[in-house]
Amino acid sequence: MSIKPAKTLDTRGKFCPIPVMETAKAITLIGVGEVLEVLATDPAADPDIKAWAKRMGHEVVSAEKTPEGYLRILVKRLK
Amino acid sequence: MSEKVEKRNKLAIIAWSGTADKLYSVATLAGAAAAGGWEVEVFFTFWGLNAIRKEMLNAPPKTSADFAEHGPAVTEAMKQMNIPPWFEMLRQAKAMGKVKVYACSTTTEMFGIKDKSALADFVDDIVGAATYLERAKDAAITLFI
Repeated sequence: MSIKPAKTLDTRGKFCPIPVMETAKAITLIGVGEVLEVLATDPAADPDIKAWAKRMGHEVVSAEKTPEGYLRILVKRLK
Repeated sequence: MSEKVEKRNKLAIIAWSGTADKLYSVATLAGAAAAGGWEVEVFFTFWGLNAIRKEMLNAPPKTSADFAEHGPAVTEAMKQMNIPPWFEMLRQAKAMGKVKVYACSTTTEMFGIKDKSALADFVDDIVGAATYLERAKDAAITLFI
């Protein structure tokens, strides 16, 4: 079953640390238990958003490269 | 008597350099740290302090002398990549997290700056070395850039 994100954040074309900063802002706009979808082209977004989520106590549900070649990261807000 | 200090998620940076290639490191780390809920203390001194004078923020960015010949190419690449100016990133970091920005009192006087109104609007206070040491002593990460 696919997860339905509560919100999508498009950081494509933006570079470190902007994707992480925008993710930190966007997560506050969804409810606890909801999922934020982050689209990114910065290769650092994958490790960086995972590191950020670990630090903040959120869960990266999935991180995948789309057929179009960008990253799609799903972050579940846990607190 | 030795005091036991518990390290915290705090990043304390002395921003000494006045060139954009180094100030980007200051702003990038401050931004990432602020996003992660870290406390951040940035202490601008010497050429770093000179770089946060209001009139310097509008001046063309400088590059380290060792790499001066690459300066224009780097500036152009950053424009193509739509990277905001380093001080805009620092301003955003402040807006989102626990970021404090200080200016060194001695270099402020040295550059003939009368008060903090001559400095970037993100400067919290003009302080001295003892303040930096006190604020940085429990920082898990300290950097001199």
